[in-house]
Amino acid sequence: MATVIIPTPLRKFTENNARLETDAATVGSALQSLSEKYPDLRRHLFDDTGNIRPFLNIFVGEDDIRDRNQGDTLLESNTVLSIVPAIAGG
Amino acid sequence: MNNTKSILLFQPDVYQKMLDDAIHCFPDECCGFLFGTENENIRSFTKILVVENTKEGDKKRRFSITPRDYMKAETLASELDLTLLGVYHSHPVHPAIPSEHDLSVAMPYFSYVIVSVYGENDIHVRSWKLNEERQFEEELVA
Repeated sequence: MATVIIPTPLRKFTENNARLETDAATVGSALQSLSEKYPDLRRHLFDDTGNIRPFLNIFVGEDDIRDRNQGDTLLESNTVLSIVPAIAGG
Repeated sequence: MNNTKSILLFQPDVYQKMLDDAIHCFPDECCGFLFGTENENIRSFTKILVVENTKEGDKKRRFSITPRDYMKAETLASELDLTLLGVYHSHPVHPAIPSEHDLSVAMPYFSYVIVSVYGENDIHVRSWKLNEERQFEEELVA
């Protein structure tokens, strides 16, 4: 099982869970499965075209999935998937 | 849906540190995280984490915080048994009103505190939070 770390602003959609377990094989399927379990979370994870929202950073361990295989990045057992909101503005 | 406006209470040293950061970074934008506790619609900020504005290019009009600093903030909240309640940044020579860019990147739940700085004695603080329609609503800074 891999662990998914939910950032504070999204915890109200996961019944205040900060860490969730997943047996999904890839990052994309883990996030899909999360949004099926917590439907209100979906629009904060995916855009209208079903892609991971551009203002979210997804890390597997220390690696940004943009530097690996995006949503197809494999989740090994005991790895940690962190959902990290982009904090920026003007 | 809860339409009650949040009331923000700053511990004095936290408020002062935020203003000091805005003045120190002027004319660039400063940024950081705010932590504390929440009781119904009252948010009490008791801890601040100043971080670097890593925006490449025009820091006078934009700010950016690295994912690593964000993760550090989440870890700190957990260690201190506080809640990561929001983010602050400054608007040098600009009102404390969120820009379109602020809105496009904003997350639910967080208080987005903006420090408007026109000079050391001309500083205004306002705060905003997304509503269910993904629009900013102003919070009350006590």
